[in-house]
Amino acid sequence: MTTAPALDGKPRAAVDAAQVAVRSRGYWATVALRVRDDKVTIVCGIVLLLIILSAVFADLIALADPYKASMLKRLKPIGTPGYPLGADEMGRDMLTRLIYGGRLSLFMGISPIVIAFAIGGSLGLVAGFLGGRVNMLIMRVMDIFYAFPSVLLAVAISGALGAGIGNAIVSLTLVFIPPITRVTESVTTAVRSLDYVEAARASGAGSLTIIRVHILSNVLGPVFIYATSLISVSIILASGLSFLGLGTEPPEPEWGLMLNTLRQSIYVNPWVAALPGAMIFFTSLTFNLLSDGLRSAMDVRL
Amino acid sequence: MHNPAHAGTARSPLVRAEDVTVRFESRDATVQAVNSVSFTLDPGEVLCILGESGSGKSVTLRALMRLLPPRRSFLTGRIEIGGRDVLAMSERALADLRGTEVGMIFQEPMVAFDPVYSVGRQITETIVRHEGVGRPEATRRALDLLERVRIPSPARRLRAYPHELSGGMRQRAMIALALSCRPSLLLADEPTTALDATVQIQILLLLRELQRELGMAVIFVTHDVGVAVEIADRIAVMYGGRFVETGPVGQIMRDPRHPYTRGLLTSTVHGSLRGTLLEAIPGSPPDMTRLPPGCAFAPRCRYAEPRCEAPPPAVDLSPRHMVRCVRAA
Amino acid sequence: MSGGADTRAGGTRSEGAQGAGPQGGGARSGSAAPPLLEVRDLRKHFPVRGGILNRTVAWVKAVDDVDLHVRPGEVLGIVGESGCGKSTTARLLMHLIRADAGRVTFDGALVQADDAAGLREVRRQMQMVFQDSYSSLNPRLPIEETIMFGPKVHGVSAGAARERARELFTLVGLDPAQFIRRYPHELSGGQRQRVNIARALALEPRLLILDEAVSALDKSVEAQVLNLLLALRRELGLTYVFISHDLNVVQYMSDRVLVMYLGKVVEIGPTADIYERMQHPYTEALLSAMPSMDPDRRTERPPLTGDPPNPINPPPGCRFHTRCRFADDVCRRAEPRLAPVQGAGGGTGGDGRGGRDGGNDRNGGNGRNDTGGSHLVACHMRAVGSGHGLAPG
Repeated sequence: MTTAPALDGKPRAAVDAAQVAVRSRGYWATVALRVRDDKVTIVCGIVLLLIILSAVFADLIALADPYKASMLKRLKPIGTPGYPLGADEMGRDMLTRLIYGGRLSLFMGISPIVIAFAIGGSLGLVAGFLGGRVNMLIMRVMDIFYAFPSVLLAVAISGALGAGIGNAIVSLTLVFIPPITRVTESVTTAVRSLDYVEAARASGAGSLTIIRVHILSNVLGPVFIYATSLISVSIILASGLSFLGLGTEPPEPEWGLMLNTLRQSIYVNPWVAALPGAMIFFTSLTFNLLSDGLRSAMDVRL
Repeated sequence: MHNPAHAGTARSPLVRAEDVTVRFESRDATVQAVNSVSFTLDPGEVLCILGESGSGKSVTLRALMRLLPPRRSFLTGRIEIGGRDVLAMSERALADLRGTEVGMIFQEPMVAFDPVYSVGRQITETIVRHEGVGRPEATRRALDLLERVRIPSPARRLRAYPHELSGGMRQRAMIALALSCRPSLLLADEPTTALDATVQIQILLLLRELQRELGMAVIFVTHDVGVAVEIADRIAVMYGGRFVETGPVGQIMRDPRHPYTRGLLTSTVHGSLRGTLLEAIPGSPPDMTRLPPGCAFAPRCRYAEPRCEAPPPAVDLSPRHMVRCVRAA
Repeated sequence: MSGGADTRAGGTRSEGAQGAGPQGGGARSGSAAPPLLEVRDLRKHFPVRGGILNRTVAWVKAVDDVDLHVRPGEVLGIVGESGCGKSTTARLLMHLIRADAGRVTFDGALVQADDAAGLREVRRQMQMVFQDSYSSLNPRLPIEETIMFGPKVHGVSAGAARERARELFTLVGLDPAQFIRRYPHELSGGQRQRVNIARALALEPRLLILDEAVSALDKSVEAQVLNLLLALRRELGLTYVFISHDLNVVQYMSDRVLVMYLGKVVEIGPTADIYERMQHPYTEALLSAMPSMDPDRRTERPPLTGDPPNPINPPPGCRFHTRCRFADDVCRRAEPRLAPVQGAGGGTGGDGRGGRDGGNDRNGGNGRNDTGGSHLVACHMRAVGSGHGLAPG
């Protein structure tokens, strides 16, 4: 009768058998298994990976120089020898420019989310964990930003700051901080009131330790998924800013900007003119589907 | 129960369930919630399905009224209520049955009521819809029902919204709603579990009294032996989705034959056991996604033997007492 | 506590066991032992906000001037219905929420809410097990890490904490080899509650507050956990505050029982006195609401009618007067104070009547005398000097 009386004597083996029976897969194993079964998510992941890799290794893949113009090759149709996807209004190789364009477009789309995730996540964590007046202050400021439609806000801030990649990223970051803060705050508030956080406090741990060990691990997941779902919006907004001349400037290859400069050629060679738009569309769509797939895979009832 | 025509009753049973099996499928696992449950219930009889969490007791109850999530659950077997085949019924006929012949009460009364209408209006609507009487008559009946379930100042409470009532009052109002069309069968899913002890006993006594007055049959699902003893004529003990023992309440309490029933009774704490070690059942309840093919209790049973690896036989100790255990044979 | 043998049996936990040691050793002088935990005039009122301005429109008097003490090595049971303030009391004792008023003394030293270091030390010696075994474990942490967390916070190295976690797993009846790397969702309810107990023990506390710790468990598993709790108490010399709505379980576990109603203590005394010679009409009602467990002698009449009143703005005078069949004018006007039971002097619990609970090995013949026998009741009708003197129902 040393430890648990019920476990003494003969039934022990039986107990252990029962314990083994309860054993199931770990969380990440379940998530991985679910992703494996989800074809749409797999395909989206692969497509996205290809887009990203080709943008990163553009120097190795691309056949031509993205800046090399040629008056003779202007607006060549798709399939022209040496120009598999045709040429743009300056006679530059479309395929090359689309590959290189991915660099800026993805960078301008993803980096605001990464920065907003860091800033908004921290703000939401602080607001949710501390509650009270701090929460009130942070959340009311966010509400003010929230009152504007995101496109309008991005254009307004970019316009005020002036054109340029840096300014475009700053404005997009400001657009995405409020929604991320809000989601983080609500998740944190829910987690904070759970018994295990109380138990951690009862064991004498300080706030920072509790946040690090108990809150972050439970808040990051849902906020991360939410942030990935914003990337698609961000890519569209970034391209939009460039399209309006508030982002990159010519002759840089960037999908939004390319769409703008090819705009006049739409009656001459509509297929080539539509290509940058198609890239924006597909990238944004795959990001969206991937984030949806992740969301449902990670929604394991623990 | 397993023995349909029991001694001396010529009446046909009100409920007859045969080989009722329910499976839930999700993307990660299949839960074998109910495994071949058979029983009959006579008019005016109170059957308690007693079992612990996850034993399949609530699912069995819901299966009787086909109240299971449609796409994820698979229900097979045969269920007859008042001689009609429930599994063959159209949705419409089923809805009709739910309102008239069968009343239901739940653990959480808020699920039975629509929060945007007053309690009185909801009871009145039910009466009008199912019995086709006029509104004044229905209102009178509703008032009568609230009086019957002992809600103080019933006229005022008729106009109250569900959230304005206290827990016990809400439970009473739900009972009134369930009784509004004079059902011959009441299905009760842990209706007293969320209540405080002093309120729980009031509700139990009320149910017992109404059952006697109205001659209703009741199937009452609970995890609490004490509650079952207060209300049941007959108890069905459920474990791992099976009825492991059924019998009259006195017999089950005095002479439980299944090792699980015995364990359940000895591990129910009485103050009088003070200072003694409780006889607990070792181990944990079974994982319903991987039930053993044989007796689900065997892994925790101190009498387990090789024979338990095959499905245990249903042994009739008397016409009304069934045990599903190899040792009883 | 039968003295030294237990201390040794406690092994690694000698420190905690010694805390109760002197008292356990001095068997008969037990009643002189100073309380381990003492609470005076504990109060917590929660504001109820409403209206468009979010102003305070009412107060929930969750805990209202509660006095209690817990002696080393004893189990104090707290019973009451939902909303009576028992869980709030637990959280106040743990200083998880700030009290509006009251003095908490632990082991003779006053606990101050502002003294961070002092609070930390008190929290080390006083730990809590919550009702919901699931929400009290971090779902993203292997349970081993959860148990190591407390010791690490208190400066124990990771290696030593891991070692300690393994010992604790064995202590609560879980095989470390099988369990340490598991996540909470991979355990059954009973196993999770064992982990919660292990976590609470990881800091080697002297007092455990068990807030409905077995209420969510199935009966068959509840018995296992109760056995475990009693074994741990005996081996480690622990003191428990055992909070539950289940009167059977409280009777089984406790040396003394405290009954709460709407934020007030209505009756407190040795277990046998409360269960057999209860004085307060509410205690009486609560006890007769227990299911009979005998199909031939079913309960015929409910002891109380109606629901417990809303704890928001509770009734004046005796809070139970709205449901009490003895209620009198004085009950509606004046709030009764806790006072010794009529004709019982101070020693109801002692004088030979505790036989049913005495002599058992669990209390080691000590628990009974230890209670000092003060049976107090807060009722105008039943307390000494009330001038009424109704015979107990």
